Amino acid sequence: MPDLRLMKGNEAIAAAAIRCGCDAYFGYPITPQSEVMETLMDMRPWETTGMVVLQAESEIASINMVYGAASAGKRAMTSSSSPGVSLMAEGLSYLAGAELPCLVVNVSRGGPGLGTIQPSQADYFMATKGGGHGDFHLIVLAPASVQEMYDFVPLAFDLAFTYRNPAMILADGVIGQMMEKVELRPPRPRPTDEEMQKSVGSWAVTGKRNRRRNIITSVELDPAVHEKFNQKLQAKYAEIQEKEARYEELLCSDAQYLIVAYGISARIGQKAVELLRSEGVKAGLFRPITLYPFPAKSLAARARQLKGILCVELSAGQMVEDVRLSVESALPVAHFGRNGGIIHSPNEVAEAMKKLKTNCE
Amino acid sequence: MNIEEIVKPENLAYAKSKTLTDAPMHYCPGCSHGTVHKILAEAIEELGIQDKAVGIAPVGCAVMLYSYLDIDWVEAAHGRAPAVATGIKRTNPHLHVFAYQGDGDLAAIGTAEIIHACNRGENITVIFINNAIYGMTGGQMAPTTLLGMKTATTPQGRQANLNGYPFKVSELMAQLPGVSYVTRQAVHTPGAVRQAKRALKKAVEKAYAQKGTSFVEVVATCSSGWKLSPTEANRWMAENMLPFYPLGDLKDN
Repeated sequence: MPDLRLMKGNEAIAAAAIRCGCDAYFGYPITPQSEVMETLMDMRPWETTGMVVLQAESEIASINMVYGAASAGKRAMTSSSSPGVSLMAEGLSYLAGAELPCLVVNVSRGGPGLGTIQPSQADYFMATKGGGHGDFHLIVLAPASVQEMYDFVPLAFDLAFTYRNPAMILADGVIGQMMEKVELRPPRPRPTDEEMQKSVGSWAVTGKRNRRRNIITSVELDPAVHEKFNQKLQAKYAEIQEKEARYEELLCSDAQYLIVAYGISARIGQKAVELLRSEGVKAGLFRPITLYPFPAKSLAARARQLKGILCVELSAGQMVEDVRLSVESALPVAHFGRNGGIIHSPNEVAEAMKKLKTNCE
Repeated sequence: MNIEEIVKPENLAYAKSKTLTDAPMHYCPGCSHGTVHKILAEAIEELGIQDKAVGIAPVGCAVMLYSYLDIDWVEAAHGRAPAVATGIKRTNPHLHVFAYQGDGDLAAIGTAEIIHACNRGENITVIFINNAIYGMTGGQMAPTTLLGMKTATTPQGRQANLNGYPFKVSELMAQLPGVSYVTRQAVHTPGAVRQAKRALKKAVEKAYAQKGTSFVEVVATCSSGWKLSPTEANRWMAENMLPFYPLGDLKDN
């Protein structure tokens, strides 16, 4: 019998962290994701799995505590929302520069500035184009349901450790706050000392018993050596782009018009596709699951049969840039978005698509 | 007589700590960092904790500290060492974790991190090098720069109305219940060096015994930043720094 629960997206993050063997959570309260730490504190995993949960003095401290625990090879995570993730930019750059795995959850809200506590998808650029100084990328997963909030926690940790790179779950205030049915997966135990030694022993700082000392750093003053390191990082990102792009398609086999959307916009887009189909428009939905790497090749392949693409986001148009790059101007690509915490209705998305269709004909 | 005939186990009075690597140190002549590194290495060796010590290196002149001590190291972002140390120690209580920070790193950009790590009573050791100046970036004013002291950003001397007051960090840390040991040391004389090493060993042992945070300030020289010879820097420090930053234990619970 599957273990089914009704949960908020933020609660699913907490439950998944405990059940997938996460070693530590460090966080700072910010709406609309405070339930992550509240749920963890309520569940007291330090008494069961041994997971550490600590409320830090700031997001800057949170991400640096994650950096410390990750340096020791631990599965460490934090969660925050947009303004808090801005504060983590320095730490994320250091994590990427030191090639440390970790998980950062951004339940994003409207900006810029203090903005609003209402949902938004305006952190796409920050998440996928770096979000800190230097040439680096996060691996970015975009859940569109509470089940995916749960399932992407272990997936993000696995990807982070495979590539020794920070991973981010980029959700939005709707996915974080809404309640849905979730199947709790069987618990995965935290790794034993022997398993840890095997997987991270070559680099983690665990005390230099019976080996050379390990050093976690991102500083390199010799330009030739540092260029080589940067090339190594870029080769890693190329491999990630080649192997890890994930996406989902809905009603795409005969589609002429495609909605491209992630997160809550994909759920609304799904309803808009139904509305359009009922009016005879051959519409489909393409949902990037990884925002970095962006599933560019698959989208370009699908675009060959299309007449137009509508990119739907809760932003002024961020992912639409990657959509246009993917299809290289082979067909019209329009953007439809709302800002400031307003969530688009399926009807207005359908109307935007019909306008695009008229322009294409 | 060759060196082997002179250096024999029976007449060996002193040797380089095994915890110190052979990497040539990059510090200026007269800089206190090298001496503090040396006594830190000796303290680690004498406590027998080389295999379970993890150090956090700062941003500043000691950024390459991990080159000099043969233990595991993490290089932290500017000011963040206490948070990084917290992350390591909380997930690895069996390790000896210490953060090594300068005055700009700890007392300016990292003020929040040090106060809250200490206030939580993290079982770590913090080594705070106070030379009243930013050494690596070229001698700018630090939070601990004395009133009247000339630096690259206070060319007329630090003035309270323009630049605020020198910051007595150890006095602040001693107020926090999470901190069990606060001491202010120096390494400008052989006696002070021996005293500072004793304090370091005590600090590391207390943190490991879960007494809370140990905080060791070392009033230090920066001969290049102060534009003084090594000897003059030591004298200037004794005459000007130590009256304002007096040596000794501020708290020992």
